[in-house]
Amino acid sequence: MLVLALDTATPASTAALVEVTADGLFGVAERRTVDPRAHGEKLAPEIAAVLGDAGARPRDLAAIVAGVGPGPFTGLRVGLATAASMGQALGIPTYGVCSLDALGRAAGPGRVLIATDARRREVYFATYTDGERVFGPEVARPADVAALITTAGGHAPSAALTGLVEKAAGEGALKYGDVFGVPVEEHLLHPPGAALVAIAAARIREAAPSEPLTPLYLRRPDAVEPAARKPVLT
Amino acid sequence: MPDEPLVLGIETSCDETGVGIVRGHTLLADALASSVDQHARFGGVVPEVASRAHLEALVPTMQRALDEAGITLADVDAIAVTSGPGLAGALLVGVAAAKGYALAAEKPIYGVNHLAAHVAVDTLEHGPLPEPAVAMLVSGGHSSLLLVDDLTAGVTPLGATIDDAAGEAFDKVARLLGLGFPGGPIIDRSARDGDPASIAFPRGLTAAKDLAAHRFDFSFSGLKTAVARWVESRERAGEPVPVADVSASFQEAVCDVLTAKAIDACRTSGVKTLVIGGGVAANSRLRVLAEERAAKHGIAVRVPRPQLCTDNGAMVAALGSHLVAAGVAPSRLDLPADSAMGLTAVSVPG
Ligand SMILES: [Zn+2]
Repeated sequence: MLVLALDTATPASTAALVEVTADGLFGVAERRTVDPRAHGEKLAPEIAAVLGDAGARPRDLAAIVAGVGPGPFTGLRVGLATAASMGQALGIPTYGVCSLDALGRAAGPGRVLIATDARRREVYFATYTDGERVFGPEVARPADVAALITTAGGHAPSAALTGLVEKAAGEGALKYGDVFGVPVEEHLLHPPGAALVAIAAARIREAAPSEPLTPLYLRRPDAVEPAARKPVLT
Repeated sequence: MPDEPLVLGIETSCDETGVGIVRGHTLLADALASSVDQHARFGGVVPEVASRAHLEALVPTMQRALDEAGITLADVDAIAVTSGPGLAGALLVGVAAAKGYALAAEKPIYGVNHLAAHVAVDTLEHGPLPEPAVAMLVSGGHSSLLLVDDLTAGVTPLGATIDDAAGEAFDKVARLLGLGFPGGPIIDRSARDGDPASIAFPRGLTAAKDLAAHRFDFSFSGLKTAVARWVESRERAGEPVPVADVSASFQEAVCDVLTAKAIDACRTSGVKTLVIGGGVAANSRLRVLAEERAAKHGIAVRVPRPQLCTDNGAMVAALGSHLVAAGVAPSRLDLPADSAMGLTAVSVPG
């Protein structure tokens, strides 16, 4: 089964095609552009390009997997709107995967911190043991994340987290590497398409029902209710 | 006619998620979801709230439109989408979805100008538009006078607001009168019981010195402040505020300026057709005053019905249908959402 994976939860726009068989996964094609303001322009041509690379047509797709974030809202929605509309047009199921989970899975064995840039001097983060999420996703300042991953006890919400992270990955980990004080996997900055599909593989194989692609915003919209009217007479 | 183009249009430039389907000049479906209620307590549209609502509403709104028209995406000749102007994040949801539909269904895509679409929608109700025409677009987001020589090629801006949009002024005045949001329909209703001549509010950019540089431009910020000052002095004097009279006098000031400048634009351009669109076009006083003044100069006024005046998908589909029929080349898959899109081209060139 040919599966399309999309992720726009980081500055990268990623489109990938993965062949899912009964007992394996084979990456067919992947395109990626790293530009935090260009998801809306880059993603669709990348999808057309990976289909072209594979000599496939849209109607050959069996499912779509999308990274649902967390990530900066505007870019994140590009991937989800594209995935949802394609799924609807093709009548194929869509499956959502936490974008940090794709990085966590790709980081492999060990205890790993995944952090991506949430802007405003914060990161989206989660921690993983052998690819399985044990804490998160949350949004926090890097110093607070560092305290969580290095200090036993205290205000740490999970024993699984404390003092146990061996390495970090994700562009947020690279940006704030000094703060976290653990080695950073510099090759692993953005969610890989194949990892997104691997996480959804069971759902794909059993043809699970299509899922609404609900973004993990983790922050409420900035909006303030207007205060009382300001006088115009002086 | 079976050979007229079947076009689907997607609109997400502000707080309305719209999907419309037209064949030629015939409207087949116009599905709409609005996030207006979510913005009410903020007194204006919150962009992030609107963007979130668009993402949730798009797929179900698309399904309703397809069901209403009794077609599938495979049947359409093209997909049109508002590329701009509008709220950047909101536009991007519609553009991304339109690309997904176009890619998956292997259809051409047209990124179109929202203002031109407001003009094109009138053809669904009144048939082909005599060209040239003057269009006045008035809503919470825009207040423009346009000269329409050829709807498929390019539209010439004659003037626009230099501060608040007309609909914005309605929202702000409704708020200071404690009437609610959105302000347009509420002020219209409140004004019915008031005297439009009771308070002389200022008419922006109509003095001789302003007309030299801003003949076809609008300004509503001074009017809004004048209303606020007037209301406040009454309150300070401990006198009751005659809400209906304030509403009627404010509305009269807005409609007076809008229609005077629109008729002037028609006469200056030698144009005999005035199209009015945008949410404020639904204002009852604006329609009456425009028709009264236009009749004196032999100018025909065309105002689509209220559902087509406010933002919707049908207007985008209507413009798309014009573009397809005229053989205009589609846009490419990298077409941007352009929050400040100009009118030099009605669609994003391919
Ligand atoms: Zn509009």
